[in-house]
Amino acid sequence: MGLKEKILTKSLWVYHVSAGSCNNCDIEILDCLTPRFDIERFGMQLVGSVRHADVLLITGAMNKKSLKRFMRVYEQAPKPCFVVAVGTCPCSQHMFRPSYSMEAPLDEIIPVDVYIPGCPPKPEAIIAGIVKLIEKVTKNDKRRS
Amino acid sequence: MANKKRKIVPIGPYHPLQEEPEFFKLVVEGESVVDLEIEIGYNHRGIEKLSESKHWDQVTFLVERICGICSTSHPFAYVLAVEDLLGIEPSERGSYIRMIVAELERIHSHLLWLGLAGHFIGYNTVWMWAWKAREPVLDLFELISGNRNSYAMMKIGGARRDIKEEDYSAIRKTIKDVYKDLRLFQKAVEDDPIIHKRTKGIGVLSYEDAVSFGAVGPTARCSGVDVDVRRDDPYAFYKDVDWNVIVLKDGDVYAKVVARVLEMFESCRIIEQCLDKMPRGEIAVEVRDIPAGEGIGRVEAPRGECFHYVRSDGTNRPVRHKVRAPSFMNVATNQASVPGYTISDAAITLAAVDPCYCCTERSVTFDRKGNKLLKGEDLIKLSQRKTEILREQLRKQYGK
Amino acid sequence: MIKDEVKKKLEGKFKDWSVKNPRRVYFTVDKSDLHSVAETLYKDFKMRLSTVSGVDNGDNFELIYHFGSDKTGELFNVRVFVHEQDNPEVDSLVPMFRATEWVEREIHEMLGIKFIGHPDLKHLLLDHDWPEGKYPLRKTCILEKKPYPQDKEDENG
Repeated sequence: MGLKEKILTKSLWVYHVSAGSCNNCDIEILDCLTPRFDIERFGMQLVGSVRHADVLLITGAMNKKSLKRFMRVYEQAPKPCFVVAVGTCPCSQHMFRPSYSMEAPLDEIIPVDVYIPGCPPKPEAIIAGIVKLIEKVTKNDKRRS
Repeated sequence: MANKKRKIVPIGPYHPLQEEPEFFKLVVEGESVVDLEIEIGYNHRGIEKLSESKHWDQVTFLVERICGICSTSHPFAYVLAVEDLLGIEPSERGSYIRMIVAELERIHSHLLWLGLAGHFIGYNTVWMWAWKAREPVLDLFELISGNRNSYAMMKIGGARRDIKEEDYSAIRKTIKDVYKDLRLFQKAVEDDPIIHKRTKGIGVLSYEDAVSFGAVGPTARCSGVDVDVRRDDPYAFYKDVDWNVIVLKDGDVYAKVVARVLEMFESCRIIEQCLDKMPRGEIAVEVRDIPAGEGIGRVEAPRGECFHYVRSDGTNRPVRHKVRAPSFMNVATNQASVPGYTISDAAITLAAVDPCYCCTERSVTFDRKGNKLLKGEDLIKLSQRKTEILREQLRKQYGK
Repeated sequence: MIKDEVKKKLEGKFKDWSVKNPRRVYFTVDKSDLHSVAETLYKDFKMRLSTVSGVDNGDNFELIYHFGSDKTGELFNVRVFVHEQDNPEVDSLVPMFRATEWVEREIHEMLGIKFIGHPDLKHLLLDHDWPEGKYPLRKTCILEKKPYPQDKEDENG
């Protein structure tokens, strides 16, 4: 099954990873599941294991201690896997950049597909970001075929 | 007696249901937990060092992001510390605004915890209902401050933004709706036999351990330790409004659930009284330079006492800024409250202290032998499975 | 208010007693008296240790133990100065109560002060392979300047 078909016919399985976040963005991601926003009606669900993930939602400014654990998680994700940086922290490390315990912004470590800035981004912004991801993937797939 | 094998059960660091990575290693013998090792540091961002390179007002925004859930408690404690250094009192109207924001935060934080706790024991309905009840409170924050989280309402000398009088009615209406939801949760917690079976007598933290670990907040108050910064070391106008400190004796998870629901009732009462008593006037006193000196500020965050110490040498940056979040003391108490109970109760006990790992920097638990039996997500599944088994038993018993 | 009672009980063991405001008292004790003063405050007056702040003053280290009396709301801040720059050491309070376990581990890895009698002074917050001898909160450890992404040149031209 091609990627485009997968996204349009199957549900998108999302795995959430926190790499040193203050938890604001994590709670807003979980908020997307609650009755007001309810992303499950779009076919997206949060999975418990990275081996089932289609999309990785990453929050948090990467700090040195999280990096090793994070890379292990990333390697276990089945490729192709889309990476979404949620929040200003993975985009640019925010105000924590000069700190001694910080590693680097996310796109210097792994390729990122979608950036959703905000501190924290509202659930509407997160859903809009996922929609942009779907549009990006289907456009790329069309170009290839 | 058969030689029981010791097994390690790591939980985390990227456990799907505890959004913040922390690492607990449980040592189990058969079904019961015998030891717990905690490793933290995955959230460490070096905020104390960063404070020394930011100027006094910038630090307020920096400390807000220590923890997203209790995001107003840290700036509150910080501005109180600087005001202690200066020896000034903030403006009256600003103090009332601070109190309203702090109590709204307590409500949203406890509702968040209630939902997660419900999920951990397999009551996903509780999760959805609690977080649905939380949304109007977040809407109020957006009305008052412009953001659902990280509201930036604290400023040295008072509040950064005013609460307009035309918004008072929206606040009152939301609080009335919160009362209705709280009564529903109160009834659910009091009446449901499964919640009783899953939480009564589980994860007990004794009074002596609570004192020895220096536990604070609901974790300590549920073990009989009568400590609440709002009453003991009063700040803002807590001494001028009528409210109760909730202290329970049992120290188990059930007490912590009940205490948090009751605290939310008290918070609603405080907010209503603040709106009645709100004086007119400036929202902040003007502060120019910070002279040399030191100051301490502490507030009662949803999780307990949040402590900030600042020192100045007369320049425009702090020379030293010490932050001690409540979970730093509370998470360590898990070493006393988790061992001795079964593995399916471990998940709810670990969650009962309402760990704000980003405040503390997560914990890790390790096993002595190193044999991995179960993964992190299995622990939550075990907890949820125990609830299913109990439901079956009750159904058979009462023939429903 | 119990500060006068505390002052009387600690007679001879403190200096520079200063009452900054009704609920904030600061005083200095010698390293050697720390254990007995802490015991008096914790056991006799039933105070709770909120935390310990470690400060690098350049020519010495300062540890401030923040003991609080919850019944009266007063904070008694006990200052201990450690003058050795090479191998700073202080007695650990862990044998008395467990609240200091994590607090002392954090000060050890951030400032390099050793706590004698602590059961396990391993890293709490920093990574396990953090370089030995590098203490982030010391004044000698300076944060390096890292450019923000928008400051870097546009790689796509």
